[in-house]
Amino acid sequence: MSAKSQAKSPFRTATLWLIWTWLIVFALLPNILVIATSFLSRDTVDFISLPVTIDSYRRMIDPLYFDVFVHSLWMAGITTVLCLLFGYPFAWLISKAKPRWQPLLMMLLILPFWTNSLVRTYALKLLFANNGLINKLLLTLGIVDKPLDILYTQGAVIAGLTYLLFPFMVLPLYAVFTDLREDMLLASKDLGASKLQTFWHVVLPLTTPGVISGVLLVLLPAMGMFYVADILGGARNLLVGNVIKNQFLDARDWPFGAAASVLLTLAMAVLLWAYYASSRRIGKTDFNEVA
Amino acid sequence: MTDPLSVSVSEPRLTATDPDVLLRIAGIKKSYDATEVLTDINLDIKHGEFLTLLGPSGCGKTTLLRLIAGFEQPTAGAIYLDGEQMAGLPADKRPVNTVFQQYALFPHMTVAQNVAYGLKLKKVPKDEINTRVSQALQMVQLEHLANRKPQDLSGGQQQRVAIARAVINRPKLLLLDEPLSALDYKLRLQMQSELKRLQRELGITFIFVTHDQEEALSMSDRIAVMKDGRFQQIGTPIEIYETPANLFTAKFIGETNLFQAVVKAVNPEQADLNGKVTNGRIDVEVCETPDGEQWHRNLRRPAFDHKIQVGDTVNLLLRPEDLRIYDINDAAHQGLPGEVVESNYKGSTLDSIIQLHNGHRVKASEFFDEDDPSFDYKMGELVKVSWVDGWEWVLPEEDSNSLSGLDNLAATAPGSDGS
Repeated sequence: MSAKSQAKSPFRTATLWLIWTWLIVFALLPNILVIATSFLSRDTVDFISLPVTIDSYRRMIDPLYFDVFVHSLWMAGITTVLCLLFGYPFAWLISKAKPRWQPLLMMLLILPFWTNSLVRTYALKLLFANNGLINKLLLTLGIVDKPLDILYTQGAVIAGLTYLLFPFMVLPLYAVFTDLREDMLLASKDLGASKLQTFWHVVLPLTTPGVISGVLLVLLPAMGMFYVADILGGARNLLVGNVIKNQFLDARDWPFGAAASVLLTLAMAVLLWAYYASSRRIGKTDFNEVA
Repeated sequence: MTDPLSVSVSEPRLTATDPDVLLRIAGIKKSYDATEVLTDINLDIKHGEFLTLLGPSGCGKTTLLRLIAGFEQPTAGAIYLDGEQMAGLPADKRPVNTVFQQYALFPHMTVAQNVAYGLKLKKVPKDEINTRVSQALQMVQLEHLANRKPQDLSGGQQQRVAIARAVINRPKLLLLDEPLSALDYKLRLQMQSELKRLQRELGITFIFVTHDQEEALSMSDRIAVMKDGRFQQIGTPIEIYETPANLFTAKFIGETNLFQAVVKAVNPEQADLNGKVTNGRIDVEVCETPDGEQWHRNLRRPAFDHKIQVGDTVNLLLRPEDLRIYDINDAAHQGLPGEVVESNYKGSTLDSIIQLHNGHRVKASEFFDEDDPSFDYKMGELVKVSWVDGWEWVLPEEDSNSLSGLDNLAATAPGSDGS
């Protein structure tokens, strides 16, 4: 088909218009609004007002908020590391399973998505509570004398986040492992590499896009899932998401909430760039494949 | 299938270590679960030899290669390399390298890094790595692409990188698993001669796996023909082509016309005037001509093991170029009558397909004679088909299973390899 007749196709034109309109209205404009808001001043009546200022960004290094960000990054980081530690071998094992079992295993992984994550977070609360299932079991078995404090700890938040976000780590990793050709591993072995050397020089570089993609899908949401911190974390275990939510809904400081959102967006941009670079390195040009 | 020749296919076991032998495969068996994919494989490969494992897909040739490489362990039997037992020695410890079918180049490394990989793992000093990498790339004429990524290279170039990456480690034995199958026809021919050149220059022993009989014939010092996990025949390309051990080999290598004949008389061995004992001769009757006339021919007595007796049926194999076609009215020559159903001018030869009156189809390939203006056939022209005395190859009758499909052989296109 020539370019001319392509341009004339009304369906094609309509589709393109729809996509562009969608992207502009629901992606570009909101982002511009958020970025613009972050540079404005707070107003008690209209929420935002002039003058333009970088005050919101300056306030982020205020120890009060900075500590929250660092703590949030810490919890999200631990969550990501845990997801990666379990998810990497998990994805590898699924990719090594018999082909007819693989869809079933992936199905089991995705099955929890059928229940709303908020509902599942409340379910976790029932497990973690002082009179919850875990403590009852530990008491019955005589492992502990009095209930452990699980709920409202940093550990509970990390456990909740890890549980909710684990599939997001496994999915892109599974994709890169199924792409990993067996003859690459044999070639490495054939050329004299031990199992560890093959892992380090061949498997790891070839699965890096999946790792970054998984980190992207776990780390950023982990910093934003405020309801997990609300339900499981108590007052001291806040996420960036809690800060943003508080600024918009409670403190009514829109510019500061917007600035915190921009921070998350920037973090995402950095990770996306890393993913792009690592994919290029192994010669992948189809970037939609794992992301 | 009961193979009367399977015994003669196994090479004799030498008890003492033979200095000529680089690789000895002794009584190898390989089974997956209950399925036996390799049965009683015995083979000696000499230093500097170019040996080809040839067979249809699923015949076990790639499995045998993986056993030699050390990717898998045999169920029974042993492999000796330079007199050393390879059992338990993993692939990364064997002085053997492989060129994979899909090349298996590492996409995150440049061409030079790919080639350097084996040396880097062996902790060879950096200067030496650099020298040897550029030598290896020079050898495959790719120095100018050293810093490219493999995926930016053409198929033929990737193939060369894979070869350089393997031979830079100076293996005692290079295994090539259908390395040319991903290339187009012209490039394949070019890489065939390039591989031969490399093998001569490097003096490395090559084991080459292919299902392409033309490739096998043109490149190998020896060919091992495989079917159903067994060797059917091991020999030079000429031996394999001229004196196939059984119908399978005859059918798989090149094109074959098959005539069945009944033995009418067996003449004993006799000494000629010089006292040399000849093999004796047999009288056979080849099918029958439509007028009921029996066509007798007197043949050299075949070399196969068991005794040939009057009344036995034998298979006469004739390559298309062995056949002669005469006019139906040519009184000077005898032959099987038939009509020409296809005639293709191939430049140097004229290839004709003749439907014999006894129901078989044969293919004849005659050298084009420029001085004969009438050297051409009309469709449906009646002819007689015969062959030059002594050019037939006689094989014993095999059970009907292995015969099926042979009648149509002559009609298959040149270059088809039955895989």
